[in-house]
Amino acid sequence: MANTDTALEHHVHEHDHQGEDAWSGAQSPFKVSYGKIMMWYFLLSDAFTFAGFLITYGALRFSSPTWPVPDFVFATDPFGISDYFGQAPLIFVTFMSFLLIISSVTMVRGVQEGHRENKNGVLIWMILTIFGGLGFLSCQAWEWTNLIGKENMSLTRNTFGTHTAEGYYLDHEGKKSLETFREGESFLIHRHAPGGHSAEHGAAAHGAQHEYKPGDQAGYLMDEKGFVHRKFVYTAGAKKGVTQTEQFGPAAFGALFFFITGFHGFHVFSGVVFLTIIALNVASGVYVARKNGYEMVEKIGLYWHFVDLVWVFVFLVFYLL
Amino acid sequence: MSHLSYEESKKRVRYGLVLLAVVTGVEVLISLFGKGHMISSVHGNIIVIATCGLLIAVLSLYKAYFIVYEFMHMKYEVKGLAMSVVLPMLLLVWAVIAFFQEGNAWKSRRDEIQRRNALPATPAKQGSLLPPHTYQMDWKG
Repeated sequence: MANTDTALEHHVHEHDHQGEDAWSGAQSPFKVSYGKIMMWYFLLSDAFTFAGFLITYGALRFSSPTWPVPDFVFATDPFGISDYFGQAPLIFVTFMSFLLIISSVTMVRGVQEGHRENKNGVLIWMILTIFGGLGFLSCQAWEWTNLIGKENMSLTRNTFGTHTAEGYYLDHEGKKSLETFREGESFLIHRHAPGGHSAEHGAAAHGAQHEYKPGDQAGYLMDEKGFVHRKFVYTAGAKKGVTQTEQFGPAAFGALFFFITGFHGFHVFSGVVFLTIIALNVASGVYVARKNGYEMVEKIGLYWHFVDLVWVFVFLVFYLL
Repeated sequence: MSHLSYEESKKRVRYGLVLLAVVTGVEVLISLFGKGHMISSVHGNIIVIATCGLLIAVLSLYKAYFIVYEFMHMKYEVKGLAMSVVLPMLLLVWAVIAFFQEGNAWKSRRDEIQRRNALPATPAKQGSLLPPHTYQMDWKG
């Protein structure tokens, strides 16, 4: 009897660092520890949550006659960087993606150093990973601030509309202006104080700055909240020649954007918190005593890669398509 | 992990960084091309948009595969574990097809309601069994 027990214990030790009591079947299923396999299944369930959100975005986008063009909506960046290049669509968010990819790579290096039981190596790479995550969160904070504060997007209001045919804008006095647009081009409805000027996103492209009066004017309509809906005429399509007023885009866009990128951002934030806790444990030498190749670092690594993985699809759905 | 030496796995990580960065860059370029930012005449061409969208989606799936199999070490796990995580994901293929179809159906139904609302209608003959304020539409099939 004693011999059999030793043999079983030996077998478990080969595959499972957690010890004999982790899986009482004497052999760990799939030859991984309990913690790692449960992390995998948590990530699987989380993937379904995110997939549900992103598929909802797709379904609502398919159901709307128009949808804001992402490379118009997300053409902004901080510190006036785009002023040097003219327009810079998607550049800022590409930078954010690179940040997350790099932090994923530093995480892999941390896990590798863990397998070598190199405490300082793990710590350095984990700290770099944390900085990557914090950088990403800062970028997202700027992006949200810009959308909410400057472009007046909210959960129920989408200030980005889209033209369904080509045409031209009317000028301040309601006469034909030189400014034309093409089918499928998006516009931003600006908010002005009555009688005030504007220096918001895209305002420079609209040429001369004017004072705006509330109400239905010849060249624009200013609603009670101060949004200036410019007037335009289509030169093609079913509504050819009819003077129309800019309408808000599909309201679902704002709600979906804030909810999905917010949910992802929350994952990044919790990832940073857990990374910090585990980095502190690494520094204090808790995992040296465990002698299991820094398995905890490996588990938080799985989570961190997953956050990067989800961003691949958020990036695809919101920004690229 | 255990299959590779330390130096080899370090090289593998550097390769991964370059690969992911390049694929992301290519995706952005394809996206901007598809939206007509590079060649103006491309703008609004539905075939170009669809082809570029499909290309980007495939590249994103490849990135996802690389992250899971290389960075998350799925390649070096037992096949059963990999399958128990990857196979349930196939349900999403159904979900994508079904819900995009559903979204399209909402759109065509709304268009249909608008079309029928625009049809001419006359007040129904009074004295019939119909309640007051009933309108009769011309039958359009």
